[in-house]
Amino acid sequence: MSKTISNKKHLEFLSGIKKEKRNIWIVQLLIFLSFFSLWEIASKQGWINPLLFSSPSKIWALFIEKVSDGSLYIHVVFTLGETVLGFILGTLFGTLLAALLWWSPFLSKVLDPYLVVLNAMPKVALGPILIVAIGPNFGSIIAMGILISVIITTLVVYTAFQNVDENYVKVVRSFGGNKKQCFKEVILPACFPSIISSLKVNVGLSWVGVIVGEFLVSKQGLGYMIIYGFQVFNFTLVLMSLLIIAVMATFMYQGVEYLESKLIKHHS
Amino acid sequence: MAFLQLKSVGQTYFSKTSATTALEDISLSVNEGEFISILGPSGCGKSTLLSIIAGLLIPTEGSVLVNNQLVNQPHPKIGYMLQQDYLFPWKTIEDNILLGLKLRNLYTQEHIQSAFRLLREIGLDHTIKKYPSELSGGMRQRVALVRTLATQPKLLLLDEPFSALDYQTKLKLEDLVSSTLKEHGKTAILVTHDIGEAIAMSDSVIMLSSNPGRIFRTFKITESLKNLLPFEARQHPDFSATFQQIWEELEQIEQNDFE
Ligand SMILES: Nc1ncnc2c1ncn2[C@@H]1O[C@H](COP(=O)(O)OP(=O)(O)OP(=O)(O)O)[C@@H](O)[C@H]1O
Ligand SMILES: [Mg+2]
Repeated sequence: MSKTISNKKHLEFLSGIKKEKRNIWIVQLLIFLSFFSLWEIASKQGWINPLLFSSPSKIWALFIEKVSDGSLYIHVVFTLGETVLGFILGTLFGTLLAALLWWSPFLSKVLDPYLVVLNAMPKVALGPILIVAIGPNFGSIIAMGILISVIITTLVVYTAFQNVDENYVKVVRSFGGNKKQCFKEVILPACFPSIISSLKVNVGLSWVGVIVGEFLVSKQGLGYMIIYGFQVFNFTLVLMSLLIIAVMATFMYQGVEYLESKLIKHHS
Repeated sequence: MAFLQLKSVGQTYFSKTSATTALEDISLSVNEGEFISILGPSGCGKSTLLSIIAGLLIPTEGSVLVNNQLVNQPHPKIGYMLQQDYLFPWKTIEDNILLGLKLRNLYTQEHIQSAFRLLREIGLDHTIKKYPSELSGGMRQRVALVRTLATQPKLLLLDEPFSALDYQTKLKLEDLVSSTLKEHGKTAILVTHDIGEAIAMSDSVIMLSSNPGRIFRTFKITESLKNLLPFEARQHPDFSATFQQIWEELEQIEQNDFE
């Protein structure tokens, strides 16, 4: 008897959740549609300068054209590859550097002021130097993507390493575990949540790094398309590249969230 | 020959602004198979003492010997159960209890099976694939005990293992731990706040005074209580007399602290 009541309550609860989810979806869709329709109308009616702000229909037409003549593909692949690589390497190097700092407290104290300065400095300003040093190619764009995310990753992950409860380390040490085992069994797994959240930040950062890198190198990629569009005053091209970047960045972010759900199911 | 010996052990913690002497001149010896309890006010250095015996902390004074060997790093024959369970939340119960075997290079089928047997004996067979967050406090405490016992230490250091539990669970666990340890012939040092627990479980009770922690008094528990399970010991007529005696001594420590 009471079981059926609680079952009923549970069903009500579930359908409540479902309803709310659906409503959120509907409103989100509405915002999306009205934004693009308003844009289209405003552009057609001349409320905004169509030369500058283009319009969704023109962007879509250009997109179809570029897809069918196959010229878009190479740019997208190029930029996406650079970004993913910069993003992975940036996080990896950042985590490695954090591990090094954790390993040697002396080193961490020595490097502390340098890290603060490097973190505060706008890394994109190093772009011209990178291009001269590495050459106007793929390498310097990746370097840009790494550079922009590596220091902040180091700082975030190192702070997380330091905040791990000492007593977990004690458990490992009481079983005769050495420093390396403490790191592997406790410090690293305990910090997966922080590493993942720095991954999320780095998705955004590495796009900035790569696009700026492409602005400077100007050969290929979506960043190149933006600069080119700007130079020939084709803002439809600029906006199309921007939208493609937005979509891809979203997918990358979703990918990280998926990883998060897989990796840190059981943290506390 | 005593199994464990402490020779005027002292510990001072240093910081930029102060030096705190947590322990001073602690000397004691424990025979194999003995069960010792340590009682004392909060902050008198009980956990510090266990960390020193476990080899996690090198004392600033004196030395610790196991079988006449100096302990200056975590010893394979010593198992340490911390004040809370500290099960690794990202590991399953299985991986948690096998952690010590991996780290001690004892990861053999024989040791693994005996760890599983311990988990069964302690009634948590069914949790093996679960994660610590899915277990109750008492269950986690038992898993932590299995994790400590899995490497088959000869000496067990237990830091208030029952403090977070409700009274009934605590009494049951006392019996379980006491019989498990007796059965496997372990030597044990138990830190507790609970006078009754100390009397019921051990062969002798060491009382520490605080600031700095020193041995204030050592009580031998009468033969009549020693051989009983903790739960039975609590019912025995001699229990309350001993309780009374220790209680009065504790009052005295607190008075001394006051002055
Ligand atoms: N790492 C440390 N650094 C500095 N002082 C410490 C440290 N650990 C403990 N102390 C100090 O040493 C004293 C003893 O601490 P300890 O944890 O051993 O007490 P305890 O008897 O276990 O207390 P409780 O019963 O509350 O667990 C305390 O005054 C504490 O402040
Ligand atoms: Mg303590």
